[in-house]
Amino acid sequence: MKVYLMHRDQDFDAQAEFPSNAEDLSQDLGLDTLFDAMAGDDSFVLGIVKRAILSSLVDPDAIVYRQDVLRDCLNHPSVVRELYDVAVGVIEAERKVFWGLSRDSPERILARSLRVLQVLTSSLKRLREIADQHGEEFRSEGFVRFFGMLEAELTDEYLNTVDFHLRELTFPRGVLISAKLGQGNVGTHYVLRQPSKQSWTEWLFGGHNRSKFSFVIPERDDNGFKALAELTNKGINRVAGAVAQSADHVHSFVAVLRDELAFYIGCLNLHEELSKKEEPTCFPVPVRSEEVAFTTRGLYDICLALNVEARVIGNDVNGDGESLVMITGANQGGKSTFLRSAGLAQLMMGCGMFAPAEQLRISVSAGVFTHFEREEDPTMRRGKLEEELERMEKIAEAITPSSLLLCNESFASTNEREGSEIARQIVRALLERGVRIFFVTHMFDLAEGFQRLEADTALFLRAERMQDGRRTFRMIEGEPLPTSYGEDLYRRIFGTSPSAAGG
Amino acid sequence: MQFHSILFEQPADRVDGDAQDVPSSFRDLNLDQVLESMVEGREEYRLEAFFYSPLTAAEPVLYRHETLQDLEKKEILDSVTDFSESMRRVRAHLGRAAKLRHKYETERWFLDAAETYLAAVNTLKEKLALCELGSRALMGLHEYLEAYVLSPYFSSFAAETQKVKDELASVVYRVHIRGSRVEVSPYGGEPDYTPEVEQTFAKFRQGDVEDYTVRFVDRAGMNHIEAQILDLVARLNPAVFGALDDYCVRHETFLDDTIVRFEREVQFYVAYLEFIERFKAAGLPFCYPQVSSRSKDISVRGAFDVALANTLVPGERVVCNDFHLEGTERILVVTGANQGGKTTFARMFGQLHYLASLGYPVPGSEARLFLPDQILTHFEREEDIETLQGRLESDLVRIRDILQRATSSSVVIMNELFSSTTVKDALVLIAAVMSQIMELGVLGVCVTFLDEIASLGESTVSMVSMVDAEDPSVRTYKVVRRPADGRAYAVALAAKYGLTYPQLRGHVTS
Repeated sequence: MKVYLMHRDQDFDAQAEFPSNAEDLSQDLGLDTLFDAMAGDDSFVLGIVKRAILSSLVDPDAIVYRQDVLRDCLNHPSVVRELYDVAVGVIEAERKVFWGLSRDSPERILARSLRVLQVLTSSLKRLREIADQHGEEFRSEGFVRFFGMLEAELTDEYLNTVDFHLRELTFPRGVLISAKLGQGNVGTHYVLRQPSKQSWTEWLFGGHNRSKFSFVIPERDDNGFKALAELTNKGINRVAGAVAQSADHVHSFVAVLRDELAFYIGCLNLHEELSKKEEPTCFPVPVRSEEVAFTTRGLYDICLALNVEARVIGNDVNGDGESLVMITGANQGGKSTFLRSAGLAQLMMGCGMFAPAEQLRISVSAGVFTHFEREEDPTMRRGKLEEELERMEKIAEAITPSSLLLCNESFASTNEREGSEIARQIVRALLERGVRIFFVTHMFDLAEGFQRLEADTALFLRAERMQDGRRTFRMIEGEPLPTSYGEDLYRRIFGTSPSAAGG
Repeated sequence: MQFHSILFEQPADRVDGDAQDVPSSFRDLNLDQVLESMVEGREEYRLEAFFYSPLTAAEPVLYRHETLQDLEKKEILDSVTDFSESMRRVRAHLGRAAKLRHKYETERWFLDAAETYLAAVNTLKEKLALCELGSRALMGLHEYLEAYVLSPYFSSFAAETQKVKDELASVVYRVHIRGSRVEVSPYGGEPDYTPEVEQTFAKFRQGDVEDYTVRFVDRAGMNHIEAQILDLVARLNPAVFGALDDYCVRHETFLDDTIVRFEREVQFYVAYLEFIERFKAAGLPFCYPQVSSRSKDISVRGAFDVALANTLVPGERVVCNDFHLEGTERILVVTGANQGGKTTFARMFGQLHYLASLGYPVPGSEARLFLPDQILTHFEREEDIETLQGRLESDLVRIRDILQRATSSSVVIMNELFSSTTVKDALVLIAAVMSQIMELGVLGVCVTFLDEIASLGESTVSMVSMVDAEDPSVRTYKVVRRPADGRAYAVALAAKYGLTYPQLRGHVTS
């Protein structure tokens, strides 16, 4: 039995290692805000959504599969929350079943496993009930398969069989084992036997015509009882192992259910939050990586939206076919915010979520990488440029074709000519490797160079600045300008223009 | 002649019992370390007795060379070690049987011992038939085994063993445990319950999970509940257990003396072959020496101290040395650098002769050696050091004993004799000792710091431990035949520790 709500044909790997760039990504895109909004106060959900968001799917079909499941969740949030509660509840109840001090005794292993299985099967019954009640309301491939499986596998007959064995394994009529003569004629090859009801009757009440001998252990023979217990343990060793493994397997099933639903619970939480703020969301259209696509209406930075009261400004971009998006323009004009919104949207789409936009169509990516300007290394061990180069080296090692690289003022730590030259060589090489790049820069030399050479595969955006210097925080298409309106900033802070100061 | 021993062709030479006296030179030559490494894990064979009994004639040595050359063939050695492995199990089973109290338990271990023994003997016989044997010893053994296995005793013993064993294996019983009541009866065909349980939960299988089955450790002997159950099983199967009783009475002693002796003695070879295997793997040579109890023309190439090699970590270089004596030459006088390998050389000389007289291949690529009647050694002993006076006295006492015991067929090794006294005294004393030794005509080595000894007479040969030509603080551990030259190595050694005049001055002025 498989859950398969996250993938069509495999379990979600809740223990998957984070990609090597996870830390930079979280820091540069402010992912914690997103994670926290999704998790609410459920730390388990937090762990799952982190993994889901940081490991992008690359197959558009797989993304659509999850989107469909998520649509079902958004349509039936209370059913999904109940399923999740059943899974969480049973895992917690199971944790309380005492493991005992030692696991060296098959009798104790068996007793513990039986109790766990009792807890687990009661939850299985509850899942069956939910499936019976609501199964038909769900439309997605994932949920239809899941509910169908519950109904087919957990039939009344099956659940009765399980109950029967759980009772039988407490050995109400004693333990019957067979044995052979091993080394030193001591018993070996112990096999637990299950006679039919009829033979049990014969066993217990005579009427058996086979020869048999017996003895009874005297009440005070402690060693005798100890030896008998050991014999019993040898007899039930295999079955105890099998039951314990069965408990593990059923547990895994419920645990996987909990893992996979946790992701959708996170999505439900986030969606409710955004709905309250009346921020728009949409299911993005994932495009195969062979095609370069990036077209959006009203794309906004979800972390910014979650952090501020007011509604945030979205951007419209027509970037299909443009592997390089070069963003220039005014300081504090929303360039970084835009860059982050692109990265966040890519990640959210990659894990099957809705996107913070009215409309979004973008290529899937193998991964999102960020190279943002950083504070000086406080230990003073390396120069700032060295630090930047070192980070870029790691990215270049890890990045693969169809990944998305977001650069924010990269190599601005050196002079423009050097910085431009370094950046140019990196960008060119990565573009040739099939990487998509968003590059925010003040370096006119860099931006202008690309404009001259790559105009047909590069999109140039500019943070809008009105004539009066006011920022709209919108990106508009426009060629790079040799100024980024530093004067505006100067003026705001000094209350006078820099040229006035000079003159 | 009927085969009797793999170590001694003549029954009269046989060493059957336990340890003999430890030869006096044993510790000085570090042969105790070699022995310890060799016998580790083989204590039960008490190999010391053989190790302490060197041979003094060439013919018995050749008997062993032949055998060892056979055993160096992998298939032969494997057959023998497999056989030993089985015989160890036989002894373990018998030992266990002897300790147990329950009759049927004892009898079953006895049966297992017999079964293992029968199989081991058969297998060895069959495997040896497939090997090309070149030695008198192993051919003799093989003939002996052929006859033994074909004997009526052996075949009826084997048939009975198999029958009793098969009958026991066919017994299947069941035990019904309910509270304090235990019921034993023949197995009635009830199905195995475990697969059914597994089947019930199979649909939840999610990949690999932990194995929860418990490993029960075998105890020595059964407990009284198992014993009671066994008694009831015996009552259910009286014919089977009756046959077992009868079998045990009739075959009480089944081990063959000659085969048991072979299994012990062959360890003497196997232990050494295993011991030298790792040296051979490291590229160090071993060879079968030409031996003589008459000719004192000896010659060795590429030899090394096997006890020292045994203490080196893998990859550490072992220095090999050559030496020879011919015509009237009898004594190698070794002088040269401190810590340059002189003592090692002397020890190696002794080891080579000792190992050769055990019939072993010796460490070296080529060797012609003398079989001495005894090897006498004089090495400094730490526990002897008291006052200088005391030490000189004890040196003299020991060397007197050596001179009294030595015959012209002995090997004598003296290491740093009289180093505790003044040069003038030492020269006089050593010259006196050496003249007696030379008179006897013994073969030997004399390690000394006195260059003069190297040219005492025509029977002495000078050898010098060498240092690196470029850097005299580096010892090469090569000992070569050349006149003693008395170079001062002390300065070089001091330089290594930064204690020369220019070094100390440089240090101060910097």
